[in-house]
Amino acid sequence: MNMAEEMRVLLEYADKINPESAEDYIKVGGYEGLKKARSMERKDLIDEVKRSGLRGRGGAGFNAGMKWSFVPQDVPVKYVVCNLDEGEPGTYKDRMICQKNAQALLEGMAICGHAIDSNQGYIYCRGEYPFVVELLKNAIASAKSSGVLEDFDIEVRMGAGAYVCGEETALIESIEGHRGEPRFKPPFPGVEGLWGAPTVVNNVETLACLPYILVNGADWFAGIGAEKYPGTKILTLTGDINNPTYFEVPTNYTLRDVIYKLGGGIKNGKKFKAVQVGGTSGAFIPEQNLDTPIDFDSMSAIGAALGSGAVLVLDETRDIVDVVTRISKFFEHESCGKCNPCREGTFRCREMMEKINSGKGSENDMDNILLLSRVMQKAALCGLGQAAPIPIESTIKHFRHEYMRKVL
Amino acid sequence: MANYKDIIDNCKSTKGGIIEAFHALQEEFNYIPQEALTEAARVFGLSEAQAYGVATFYSYLSVEQRGKYIIRMCESAPCHVAGADEVIKAMEDYLGIKVGETTADGKFTLELCECIGQCQATPVISVNSKPIFNVTAQQIPEILGQYK
Ligand SMILES: Cc1cc2nc3c(=O)[nH]c(=O)nc-3n(C[C@H](O)[C@H](O)[C@H](O)COP(=O)(O)O)c2cc1C
Ligand code: SF4
Ligand code: FES
Repeated sequence: MNMAEEMRVLLEYADKINPESAEDYIKVGGYEGLKKARSMERKDLIDEVKRSGLRGRGGAGFNAGMKWSFVPQDVPVKYVVCNLDEGEPGTYKDRMICQKNAQALLEGMAICGHAIDSNQGYIYCRGEYPFVVELLKNAIASAKSSGVLEDFDIEVRMGAGAYVCGEETALIESIEGHRGEPRFKPPFPGVEGLWGAPTVVNNVETLACLPYILVNGADWFAGIGAEKYPGTKILTLTGDINNPTYFEVPTNYTLRDVIYKLGGGIKNGKKFKAVQVGGTSGAFIPEQNLDTPIDFDSMSAIGAALGSGAVLVLDETRDIVDVVTRISKFFEHESCGKCNPCREGTFRCREMMEKINSGKGSENDMDNILLLSRVMQKAALCGLGQAAPIPIESTIKHFRHEYMRKVL
Repeated sequence: MANYKDIIDNCKSTKGGIIEAFHALQEEFNYIPQEALTEAARVFGLSEAQAYGVATFYSYLSVEQRGKYIIRMCESAPCHVAGADEVIKAMEDYLGIKVGETTADGKFTLELCECIGQCQATPVISVNSKPIFNVTAQQIPEILGQYK
């Protein structure tokens, strides 16, 4: 019913091919992109990806070709790492890509491998997806035995339930067998990553776009969706919505259409209150901003973030302060404790949110949270601590009246 | 039961593979026994304190003995608004334990967790990593009754 609204590139053959089978994938045109990539000079390949405008789908929105171009060429060992940690609450799009089109991810990794002259890839899969680990291992075996990957090897490693391990340097620490604590940057992974070697870390969705860019050309990709963040994006809808499922849309699709066309509107005939985009670290967005396209820059312009593409919809009856209190517990729990602004800050945010939520807080607590929020955004070491106060800050801004109902 | 030494030995060739070894140990024992942790530290060339530091960093790993079935309730915002609190309460009532505890017969351990990536069917619980969808408080006796 919603297929007409969607634009399926990564998910075109969803449920029509066996994601584990390289043969199935080859029958629908798979591994042609890798062939083309391998016929190109490395520099031309990187330029082609740059020109396509493909930007990271893991949250930071960095130009993929640009990231690859930082990898030094005069080093013997380099790694391609796929980020399948997918810890952002409300997100399961990377799982869908694997379960529907795993071979495209493997092909994308091999394309990246050719571009940076690496023959070893790692997929870091979250511990909550043991069945995806199995699927990927079978998919890799199938691709290896069909010969398409040539000398490019891929190993799957499993995380163990730590949201911070989605941060690229924490992820690298975890593959190395350490506690998943983020590293200081610079040096960036592209220069000094896994076991000290230059490493490209890309999200599943970013990598899975590559075969289609190679086959159809950079101009084709650059022409889809938003000009500065082209391509499609897979969104996952949760909360008070009639169709809580996943969709692939061009990046100039608006939030309103996501909610009312694809999402089928608010459940039980209720009215809209707020939507949180990008997962639990995203800002809450009020009704007046719903006509914003979902692309990276348009979302940034309204003080929000596309993030992972999770879309949590809340209806008019929801208690925003209660939901944000729950979110503040998430960050306290997931803070790795390495740096003070986040370790202490997430603790204090949770403490003050609980106080406000239980009717014991004051406007002074709200002012303190906003001050702490500024400190965390500026001083936390990694994106976890920097983003942790954003749900609170955005709701105090847009839904202050809901807080005022609860404070003394 | 497989010997913990063999399990660790199987992961020995994996560079930085101590977390893989911990997963394999948990697959067998549902937690990481003390003597296995000591052995893993030795095999991977870490101090025992470092190995312990790794094991306790990750919420999926446990150095405390746990039940045969580990139930995890997702508490993240999408599951929270879908009614996770009532499901937790129903499980506590049915099992007669609080979150973090194990039943006296050693069958069930009840834990809270964050999003397990099955948000198309909130609220979600998992039993030994197998997700169960759209759970309601009323269904709890029926769902948990299936685990013998
Ligand atoms: C706390 C935290 C969690 C993150 N989680 C993920 C994740 O689950 N998946 C992901 O691809 N990127 C995640 N990122 C972003 C990565 O650090 C990194 O930017 C990304 O993997 C780069 O790939 P891309 O350029 O293809 O987006 C996270 C960042 C932070 C700070
Ligand atoms: S910001 Fe938080 S998660 Fe990131 S390094 Fe600091 S304490 Fe760890
Ligand atoms: S929010 Fe509960 S499974 Fe994702």
